Amino acid sequence: MRTPIAYFLLLAGILFAMGTVGVLVNRNALRIFMSVELQLNAVNLTLVSFARLHNDLGGQVLAFFSMVVAAAEVVVGLAIIVSIYRRQRTIDVDVAREMRW
Amino acid sequence: MPLDDVVFWVFAPIAIAAAVGMLVTRSVVYAALFLVVNFGCIAVMYLVLDAAFLFAVQIIVYTGAIMVLFLFVIMLLGVDRIEVRSEGLWLQRPIAIVLAVGFVLEVAAAVRAGIGFSTHAPDGFDLLQPAGNAQAVAEVLFHNYFFPFEATSILLIVAAIAAMVLAQRKVRAVTQAELGAELEDEPQDEPGVEVAP
Repeated sequence: MRTPIAYFLLLAGILFAMGTVGVLVNRNALRIFMSVELQLNAVNLTLVSFARLHNDLGGQVLAFFSMVVAAAEVVVGLAIIVSIYRRQRTIDVDVAREMRW
Repeated sequence: MPLDDVVFWVFAPIAIAAAVGMLVTRSVVYAALFLVVNFGCIAVMYLVLDAAFLFAVQIIVYTGAIMVLFLFVIMLLGVDRIEVRSEGLWLQRPIAIVLAVGFVLEVAAAVRAGIGFSTHAPDGFDLLQPAGNAQAVAEVLFHNYFFPFEATSILLIVAAIAAMVLAQRKVRAVTQAELGAELEDEPQDEPGVEVAP
């Protein structure tokens, strides 16, 4: 593989920054959630890049665990969004002000 | 030009363009589909980085399961009803973009200081995995990371139960005996009323 590893890290950094912009700018809870997924994927790409750079499979295993945690997080997060929508009839994060009901 | 470079320079702009599309599109469904494209490009990057197992897992888990879940929730709540129209703070968008550009520059500086822009991956990665990437990952996973793997199974069970608890409607279960008693007593309220938490 002759592509420099730094290019992959830069791509991951750009994608992470775009995910950050999505989290900061949006008010729709689903869009914020998608942006968080983008950030998680960028970090996974970084892990796999470093695994290749150091010839160490531990990075790939860590990315695998990260995917599992991301899947669990999506399941719980979407359930929370559905629950908030049932309660408030909107998923605007500015409207959701209280944590208990 | 080596084939790896070709694949990278074809799919990296697509990934970035899909991320931009996800940020600027008005429709939530389009945003989800742009995200699918982005995940597919990242999967190809895994393939270039000799992580064939993660390539398959990425496509199955992310572009398959997670995005189907997203689209399912979008359709469940209603596409036109989940649009959020409230306006943000007036400087929020420019400040976020400035911060993002600063972050990218900082990552570039850190990469340049850390490994340099021309460092190639060392050879010999194939020697680590004589029987293929999946078997090599499994060897590391089940020898060195077995306890975290087991903890992951607990995490998934807890997440599945949490999703069921959170997403259920608060409907009280009514047994056959209660139903019969209520029918005899001319119930005041319907079975299946909301129960106070």
